[in-house]
This record gives sequence, structure tokens and C-alpha cells, in this order.
Amino acid sequence: MSSTFLEVYEEEFERLAEALRRLRYASNAEAIFLIDKNGQQIAAAGDVENFDSTSLASLTAGNVAATDGLAKLIGEREFSVLFHEGERDHIHISLVAERAILLVIFNERSSLGLVRLRVRRASEELEQIFREISERSAAEADEQSPASPFWEITDEDIDSLFNE
Amino acid sequence: MTFINYAAKEINCKIVYYGPGLGGKTTNLQHIYTKTAPDRKGKMISLATETDRTLFFDFLPLDLGSIRGFTTRFHLYTVPGQVFYDASRKLILKGVDGVVFVADSQAERMEANVESIRNLESNLDDYGLKLVSLPYTLQFNKRDIPSVMPTDEMYRMLNYKREPTFEASATTGFGVFETLKSVAKQILIELRKK
Ligand SMILES: Nc1nc2c(ncn2[C@@H]2O[C@H](COP(=O)(O)OP(=O)(O)O)[C@@H](O)[C@H]2O)c(=O)[nH]1
Ligand SMILES: [Mg+2]
Repeated sequence: MSSTFLEVYEEEFERLAEALRRLRYASNAEAIFLIDKNGQQIAAAGDVENFDSTSLASLTAGNVAATDGLAKLIGEREFSVLFHEGERDHIHISLVAERAILLVIFNERSSLGLVRLRVRRASEELEQIFREISERSAAEADEQSPASPFWEITDEDIDSLFNE
Repeated sequence: MTFINYAAKEINCKIVYYGPGLGGKTTNLQHIYTKTAPDRKGKMISLATETDRTLFFDFLPLDLGSIRGFTTRFHLYTVPGQVFYDASRKLILKGVDGVVFVADSQAERMEANVESIRNLESNLDDYGLKLVSLPYTLQFNKRDIPSVMPTDEMYRMLNYKREPTFEASATTGFGVFETLKSVAKQILIELRKK
């Protein structure tokens, strides 16, 4: 399918999650979220249960979208990093592989310099994984993967969603 | 963008409520929020001005149950209706899987409805999307107001491609879930084709 369709298989998800866990450890961050540009969470690591991850994902994507819009208005392609400084907690937002957003939440146990450095390294790794996901799904698009569980959705399946 | 996560067994879809300012988009989401069980919904976020006009978007995550073992999650967004917020509206359409158009049934708002559908078409076009091929449901809202425009007349003016069309009154909730179901269904049927 086109770029508006993203499928992540289990082993790919595990690789993404593992990369986030390593980044979290290396940067001393509280939590890390990988979010697609449309506001859906892809994977996370750290103390994620302390945060409302669905709301975070949506607002982060909105923030990035608005900032992208600003960049274009002044003739920039994008602003690749956003930083929001709070009294205790800070947020570092960066783009990965054009389609995803990396959100790092950290406090005084880390620093902006450290986060910036580690994010740069982790981004390369994440970009590589995304590249492989794209290649895999492009290959499958050619051969009509029979794996999708949605090929066989019936009208009854759909109706049942609303009647539960 | 439909996002299927095989590890978490989740499927995520994005629905955008579009339409002219004050047509009842936010009220649709508020009704859905109030009537949905706590374990089926996340927090509703409204980025609004002090006077309650939508500034950037409203957002409501909904969990509709599971299909074939996959949790189906819908992310509902509204756009700000005022003409001058067009840049924001376009941003919110990014990655959309289905659109609900909330039309205001009051005669004096017909021009605004027509204008907003044109605006929707042109903003979709910028993402390479066509209203003709997108899951799309039309809602005639505010049917509770006396002397609104007859539905057949509205249908002639606003229906784009014989899309499913529902009368509604978002303040009472009439027609709100029917509208949502209709667009959700179209989105899931699209998945079958993929
Ligand atoms: N009478 C009536 N008023 C409505 C209905 N739906 C929305 N409204 C009112 O119209 C105004 C604008 O609604 P809102 O949801 O904020 O519109 P939005 O700009 O499309 O998000 C509010 O005062 C609502 O209470 C309806 O079905 N009937
Ligand atoms: Mg609104």
C-alpha cells in the first residue's frame, strides 16, 4: 500500500522497542515515545505508565505539524528538533526517518546535551529499522501477502464492534 | 493512516470531523465522549480559545472492541471551522482514514457548508487524496431547530458521491453514533481490500 499505511510486525516492533530501551538507559531519560506523524504511538520505553501516552502522542504530533507549518512559512524544510523546558521535566522532540517522532521526557538526572547526543545515535538505528520495514512492506505489496488478518473481515465482524 | 501493530495486536485509524464553524463537530465528539464507557475511551483533548471555539483540534481516542483478536482503536479529530484557520485544518487531515462532514442544517449556513466541502476537497488534494475514494459520511446536524432546510434539498446541494447521509442533533445525541458507525464501517471495509 501507499505511505498512508503502516504495518509493524512483532519482530520489527521488538527491535524498535529495544532501541528505545537502550536510548532510555544511555540518556537517563524518564520515558521515551516513538510516535508516527499522525499522532499514533508506535512504541515506548521507560516509566510510561506515569504518562497519558495517547494524549501525549496526539499533542506531540500536533505540535510537530504546527512547527512544520511554521518552518515552511519562513522557507525552511523543517525544524528537526524541538525542546520544551519545564521546571522539573523537559521534553525533547525530534524527527526520525521523516515519518516518525521521537519524544524524550527527562529531568535533572539527565541533561539536554546528553539527550541530544544519545538521540542522534539512536535515530540512526531507528532509521535503519524503518528502512527495513519499508522494504519489507514494499516487497510484500508486490506478492500480495496473505498474512493480513483483515482480508477476511465480514460484515458481521464489523457490526459486532458496535453491539458489544 | 491506518497503523497495524502485530505485536500489540492493535489497529489504529484516524477519523476527522470536518465542516463549517459552529456546525456541531465538537458537540458530536462531546456526545460520543459522554456516552462511552470509561474503559473504552481516553481523555478528550480540546485545544480551544477562551470562548470555546476550536483553535487547533479536539481529539478523542476510542476503543471499539476487537476484530479477529485485534483491538480496533479510532482516533477522532475535529478541525477548527473558521475560514482563517485553513493551515491548521490541513495539518489535521494528514494521514486521515475517513471523514465525517458535519453540515449545519440552517438555511443561512448552506453557503458555508458548500464552501467547506470545497475546502475539504482542495485540502485532501494537497495530500494526494480524493474525496471520491475516501471513506466519507455526511451528517445534517441541528435537525432539532425549527424551520431548518428540508433534507432532500440539502442532499441535492451537499451530497457528493451518494455517501451515507444521516440526520442528527448533536446536542441531544440523535444520529451521532449512527454517523460514527457509518464511517468506521467504511474504513474497516477498506482494510479488507488492502
Ligand atoms: N440546536 C442545536 N445546537 C447545536 C447542535 N449541535 C451543536 N449545536 C450548538 O452549536 C454551537 C457550536 O457547536 P460546536 O460543536 O462548537 O461547533 P463546531 O465549531 O463545529 O465544533 C454550540 O453552541 C452547540 O451547542 C444541534 O444539533 N442542535
Ligand atoms: Mg469545534
